[in-house]
Amino acid sequence: MTTLCRDCFSLLDEPPADGRCPRCRHRRLVAHPELTALSIAHLDCDAFYASVEKRDDPSLRDKPVIVGGGHRGVVSAACYVARLYGVRSAMPMFKALAACPDAVVIKPNMAKYREAGEEIRRRMRALTPLVEPLSIDEAFLDLTGTEKLHHGAPAVTLARLAAEIERELSLTVSIGLSCNKFLAKIASDLDKPRGFAVIGAAEAKDFLADRPVSLLWGVGKALNASLEREGIRRIRDLWPYEEAELIARHGAMGRRLYRMSRGLDDRRVDPDAPTKSISAETTFDSNLSDPEALLAELWPLCETVARRLRKAGLGGRTVTLKLKTGQFRNITRSRSLSSPTQLADILYREGKALLLAAADGTAFRLIGIGASELGPAAEADQPDLLEPDRARRAQVARAVESVRERLGSEAITRGRGLTRPGPGKAPR
Amino acid sequence: MKLTIERAALLRSLAHVQSVVERRNTIPILSNVLIEAQDGRLGLTATDMDLTIVEQTDAAVATPGATTAPAHTLYDIIRKLPDGAEVELSTGGDGQLTLRAGRSNFNLATLPREDFPTAGTTDLPHSFELQAREAKHLIDRTRFAISTEETRYYLNGIYLHAAKSGEVPVLRAVATDGHRLARFEMPLPSGAEDMPGVIVPRKTVNELRKLIDEVDGSLTVSLSETRIRFAFGATLLTSKLIDGTFPDYERVIPTGNDKIMEVDCKSFAEAVDRVSTISSEKSRAVKMSVAEGAVTLSATSPENGSAEEDVAINYSGPTIEIGFNSRYLLDIAGQIEGDGAEFAMADASSPTLVRDVTDSSALYVLMPMRV
Repeated sequence: MTTLCRDCFSLLDEPPADGRCPRCRHRRLVAHPELTALSIAHLDCDAFYASVEKRDDPSLRDKPVIVGGGHRGVVSAACYVARLYGVRSAMPMFKALAACPDAVVIKPNMAKYREAGEEIRRRMRALTPLVEPLSIDEAFLDLTGTEKLHHGAPAVTLARLAAEIERELSLTVSIGLSCNKFLAKIASDLDKPRGFAVIGAAEAKDFLADRPVSLLWGVGKALNASLEREGIRRIRDLWPYEEAELIARHGAMGRRLYRMSRGLDDRRVDPDAPTKSISAETTFDSNLSDPEALLAELWPLCETVARRLRKAGLGGRTVTLKLKTGQFRNITRSRSLSSPTQLADILYREGKALLLAAADGTAFRLIGIGASELGPAAEADQPDLLEPDRARRAQVARAVESVRERLGSEAITRGRGLTRPGPGKAPR
Repeated sequence: MKLTIERAALLRSLAHVQSVVERRNTIPILSNVLIEAQDGRLGLTATDMDLTIVEQTDAAVATPGATTAPAHTLYDIIRKLPDGAEVELSTGGDGQLTLRAGRSNFNLATLPREDFPTAGTTDLPHSFELQAREAKHLIDRTRFAISTEETRYYLNGIYLHAAKSGEVPVLRAVATDGHRLARFEMPLPSGAEDMPGVIVPRKTVNELRKLIDEVDGSLTVSLSETRIRFAFGATLLTSKLIDGTFPDYERVIPTGNDKIMEVDCKSFAEAVDRVSTISSEKSRAVKMSVAEGAVTLSATSPENGSAEEDVAINYSGPTIEIGFNSRYLLDIAGQIEGDGAEFAMADASSPTLVRDVTDSSALYVLMPMRV
């Protein structure tokens, strides 16, 4: 069985009897019969935000570190020390602190993480143009046909990449290698952190058999519940069904269920996977129910979304408002525009109307706003007969943006942004 | 209640009222149609609280009475009955509606007649007659421009009001979504002189248009500031009006556009349709390069490629380039019945005026796109 040493990148025909690489004597070996034949990978950074913080402040190295917003926010990332205490990402911060009172809580510094994420992405793109980012810290890579170029099988190239990221960026990653995206993503989770896991085509079906159906991509809460009603809990429970039966019952998802339950997935690694929506949200320090207070939180989010839309060169036709109640119930409301926008004003106008309809005295802990049904910026904010200044507002927004780029985000702001009391920001 | 009626007559009446009933209703009674039998007449009423349609038809009433039953279910049953069938509707003591036709027998759940919402009988002080033909024109020429945007809810209908065209009193219908505007006018019918400007909601417009498709005679329109009623044949359609202020549309209709292009409407529309095959799904942008003798229509898309087509025109101004949403061009071209369309342009970023050369009753304003 082909064996790869992840430290000196030697390939052996058989795993050594003593479990150590005969060349470098290290123990980090991966053995798999299909090792050199597989070329679709999923790369996932380990506890990314927390790792970046630890890298930049070595005194944190052995401490439990949680990155997250405020006392009322949620955990964005927890380092592996904090995870020992049961802290998980997306956990409400108060629960995390109850589980791990000594944790060092750090406010997220997105600019820093983005920089590190882009550095990693650059290294991936140096290996193959087929890199499909899923978020700032994970991506799919298709290394098919790169053996000659990189003088080695994809597995070797990936081991080199992981070592290089560790050496040069002081961050660790976990790699899943398989024959398709679905299995590669599962694999990257198997051996975390600093992992390298392989799922071969031959073993895929057996591997999946006893796992829960929720592991399948696209099976969320609702579908999981409906499958459970039919007595389908484990992936093997899907096997007796004909493809046509599953399609009849679940539509396009039926085909996916049929195929994925057998380890099949024909989605390509698509470097141009289009952005579907752009949004921003914030969790309050204390619950808010007053519409005015909620609106004051909404405006800066609209500005953020507008800025991201402009940066991405996109306009959104649908505006969605998200609210989370004090009881953690999510509410979303959306509206479609007659033409796409990238203006904070328009996002705010729609968001405000949606918010005023939803703010019925309920206490909310979170508000968010997003734009979807995205199209090219050139088509956004077309002149409007009844709002002749709309095109001009778009120009103003772009001008404001360029001032901020040069002088910082506080350099210029709308009067509306000043109504929110904040540190050093007295209403003028 | 007990009555018999020919299937075709019942189907026709039900078809007229049932489309008002929303498929999904949170208030159960709104899924029902009100059935009233008396004096040799069957009355059917459906409502969504904003819009109510009542239709009367002849029936052999044995026992007068009234009930309500699920509109869509009833309609589906009648639709599936064989042609020529005699339908008997009756209520017994069990609170069900029994429907018999030939060998078919249905029992339908009902809700009490008293629970059915009735539109308060408000006074409708303004009333005038409109030929069905005129009403169809009025709707067709304008409704494509009605906005669906919820924020500017006051644009979600046709603005109907009395105005003056020069010295001539006219009845005007205007609709706009901010990208295009359509205005239709006709001589002011007597009785409409003092009518307030009202905004008739899109759903009402669409239901009315469907109902008058087969009508040849005239409609009686009655209205107040909050309600409008259309009466024709045995049908009565009553609707709430949109409570809002329609924007001052006059100021967006350009008056000084001096670059006048005349084009054969049919060949222009066909060329726009062909060229727009290339434009992106979302924007549908088409560029017009207008020069003496010909307009060049073109479209490019990074994914699809490009297209270009010349159409002969009558034009003698300076060359200008201007972009439009092809769908909007086609909507307007579809309403121009004469051969010629006239485009009066100012520049690439100002509203363009479009008219039927041989018909001055309608005009269209189109906002150019940046292309």
